[in-house]
Amino acid sequence: MMTHNDAVYMDNNATTRIAPEVLEAMLPYLHDYYGNPSSMHRFGGQVGAAISQARKQVADLLGAEPEEIIFTSCGTESDSTAILSALQSFPEKRHVVTTRVEHPAVKNLCENLDRLTGHKHRLTRLMVDAEGCLDLQKYEESLAEDTAIVSVMWANNETGVIFPVVEMARMAKERGILFHTDAVQAVGKIPINLSETDIDFLSISGHKLHGPKGIGVLYVRRGTPFMPFLVGGHQERGRRGGTENVASIIGLGRACEFVAANMADENSRVKKMRDKLEAGLLSSIPHSMLNGHKTDRLPNTANISFEYVEGEAILLHMDQYNICASSGSACTSGSLEPSHVLRAMGVPFTAAHGSIRYSLSVYNTEDEIDFVLEKMPSIIAGLREMSPFWKAEV
Amino acid sequence: MWEYTDKVQQHFLFPKNVGEIENPSGTGNVGSLACGDALKLTFKLDDNEVITDAKFKTFGCASAIASSSVLTEMIIGMTLEEASKVTNEDIADRLGGLPKEKMHCSVMGREALEAAIADYRGLKLPMAEGEVVCECFGVTDLEVIRAIKESNLHSVEEITNFTKAGGGCGKCLDRLRDILVETSHQGISLKNLAEKTKPRMTTLQKIKKIEEALEREIRPGLRKDGGDIELVDVDGDFVFVSLRGACTSCVKSQTTIKEYVEKKLRELVLDTLIVEESK
Repeated sequence: MMTHNDAVYMDNNATTRIAPEVLEAMLPYLHDYYGNPSSMHRFGGQVGAAISQARKQVADLLGAEPEEIIFTSCGTESDSTAILSALQSFPEKRHVVTTRVEHPAVKNLCENLDRLTGHKHRLTRLMVDAEGCLDLQKYEESLAEDTAIVSVMWANNETGVIFPVVEMARMAKERGILFHTDAVQAVGKIPINLSETDIDFLSISGHKLHGPKGIGVLYVRRGTPFMPFLVGGHQERGRRGGTENVASIIGLGRACEFVAANMADENSRVKKMRDKLEAGLLSSIPHSMLNGHKTDRLPNTANISFEYVEGEAILLHMDQYNICASSGSACTSGSLEPSHVLRAMGVPFTAAHGSIRYSLSVYNTEDEIDFVLEKMPSIIAGLREMSPFWKAEV
Repeated sequence: MWEYTDKVQQHFLFPKNVGEIENPSGTGNVGSLACGDALKLTFKLDDNEVITDAKFKTFGCASAIASSSVLTEMIIGMTLEEASKVTNEDIADRLGGLPKEKMHCSVMGREALEAAIADYRGLKLPMAEGEVVCECFGVTDLEVIRAIKESNLHSVEEITNFTKAGGGCGKCLDRLRDILVETSHQGISLKNLAEKTKPRMTTLQKIKKIEEALEREIRPGLRKDGGDIELVDVDGDFVFVSLRGACTSCVKSQTTIKEYVEKKLRELVLDTLIVEESK
């Protein structure tokens, strides 16, 4: 198998390396401290104390209170819980506002609400412009008497474009509408302080911030009406049944500390590497273009289209050099159409099929950037040679 | 990650016969940028109708490139008669198999070969004569029926894997199901179906309608950007045009032709038209 030492890993919006200090914090809870935190004995009770500490670590990263943190199994569960809870809490309201560029966890849920709940819903999916940004006036116009919840991602996973969710949550609040944000890409990459916002629900995924897979968080603002998604035991104060995934909860808590400590590095050194990679690719490869807003963007993400070539073929050539990234092309998704995000932005087909997303982390180095900059031009040129749409004079 | 065979990876990483033959005996163009894959196949015949050389240019994923490469390798040395019997299954088999979602790549290879042979023989492609079922990928009912019969397909999902039909907006899924049921139950022959489809336009009618569409719908847009377009020839469903003015130096000219002119003409004149640039 290929080890992480071989990989030039630039696919951190897909998943991240588990930080060694995170794994170290988890191991005792897999080896030794296997007690159930709900138990009466001290052996189990001490695990409960460790979970409380993890809950505080998560709350501190978000500027929230520990009791506003619910541990879930993943970002998708958090998203489903928030949206379905709001619809149950306001059965008379049947309108949901979201965007065209949400992650499938929100997109597919919202598009199937009628079937899932047995009630008819009205869905507004906000358009984005060519740079992937929302129109706040259109948003305001969409908010209605019967709007139960707004769900808008904090940052887009494909382009890294950041949405003005703080302002959008304020506008929702003024009308008594609940606001959810899928923040799995934003948390840990940009500073967030929920105590200064009107956001009601926020979703996190552990493995996007150097924590383990299979753990997520739903933040629920104190006072926000809430209905559980998983009904069972009294865990998470009755808001999410099921015995706690102890080791992963401990790991996620530690990961929150890790990203908080690295926040400055992410927004300076990592951002500088991203900018160098982006500028280098755009200048050395003709007919390439940036997808997404130049500045309102996560510091780690660069989504670039190489015209006249196809994404899967690019990725597999990159794979020959152990370079890991993603594509919005049709072929990589297993579907036959390119990414819904790029299509919503109106990226032409010539470019959408050849889009590559590079997403960095604090573990990337300057040498890796140079390596990718050295290899990409010949990969693209080689595939263009083969493309019937590419002509020498282009 | 797809599980590609070693053979697919070999042909993808080190493709054979990349390029374009000058003055080819036959040329086959299938697919488009919008569809996500496209293949241009050219071949050269000797006096005994034996394929002496074949080259390809492909835009697409690893399996599309590998299918094209292996196809050229297969047909070099074949007589035209032998080549006309090559099926998509043959192409996939030579690659040691393809993931089922990628079977359409082998179908594209077979279609390009058919188109190139039809081009050499001066014939129209029979499959394009049907009625377009899948608007997203421009797949006709005849192509769907053929795939069902030849590859023994049993589900709509398989039809999508083999022909791409139904893989876009999904509006045609019910129609595909109907075709699947009809085809497997009645075994309608392809010939009958071809005869049942609506009567074709004569070339003269086509030229008239194309000229009208160019003047009314297409030229105004191009002229705004300092360009222009002229109709050079119409041969069967092939429409040859020449771009003028600013269009000639525009990097997007190929896209303009395929995504704009062809789309418009298909919409306004005939849904099977193929627009090519005449140099």
